[in-house]
Amino acid sequence: MVYLTRKIEFAAAHLYHNPALSADENRRIFGKCNNPHGHGHNYTLEVTVAGEPDPVTGMVLDLKALKGILEREITDRMDHRFLNYEVAELKGLIPTCENVARVIWNLLEPKIPQGRLYRVRLYESPDLFADCYRTEAGAN
Amino acid sequence: MDAGYYLELGRRYRFAASHRLYSPRLSEEENRRIYGKCANPYGHGHNYTVEVRFTGTVDPETGMIVNLADLDAFVNERVVEPFDHRSLQDDVAVFRSVVPTTENLCREIFERLKSFPKARLKAVRVEETSNNSFEYAGDSEGKER
Repeated sequence: MVYLTRKIEFAAAHLYHNPALSADENRRIFGKCNNPHGHGHNYTLEVTVAGEPDPVTGMVLDLKALKGILEREITDRMDHRFLNYEVAELKGLIPTCENVARVIWNLLEPKIPQGRLYRVRLYESPDLFADCYRTEAGAN
Repeated sequence: MDAGYYLELGRRYRFAASHRLYSPRLSEEENRRIYGKCANPYGHGHNYTVEVRFTGTVDPETGMIVNLADLDAFVNERVVEPFDHRSLQDDVAVFRSVVPTTENLCREIFERLKSFPKARLKAVRVEETSNNSFEYAGDSEGKER
């Protein structure tokens, strides 16, 4: 098995707010991430696909194809957008690194034409990231 | 909500510390041969980066595996504060009897963080320089997903 990783970057705004909680609770739990007009990050996304290299092409997956998928599914949807308001898949979810990584997984998994999606790693900053994997049993 | 997914949260911290690689169980010549300039008597230093990965259930109320304020407070108290701007073999008790290689440092940091009550520690990766890094996932290898 070979693991192929491609990286993209996008810039987006978000804020953390749970309408089921009081203003004080939101402030206590989310701190400055709860500021009402939002804030932004330069996100870095690393997508890893696992597979056996094709005997003819030597490729797990054509990188050009993967680049196109990432641009269509992620960059076009999220780059220079406000995640809470402009990304339909995040409606009703707090756009934490964990939740955005999982949404990205769901967007990409059915689009990967060869090999299988192994890991989505989303960096919100160089010091904070979330890794999403598929698990057989669904156990955590 | 998490059925079918496995999520980890990763966070990086930094500290600067000095160390000397020298084992009293070895001769001067052996220390010199094995550790080279890392055995120089007054020690030397690095800017260390510690990457930790935790897993747990994503709380539907917050969208988080763990609140970063809680995690940062724990790691700062257990690791960053006691190690930053210190001499590892002089100022950190365990390294008076264990050579402060980054392998051993990685294991010590894992031991210090594994009792975090709000999420499960999966792995600790320490970068000694931008060219060297070491990862420890506990004796169970931390691979059960």
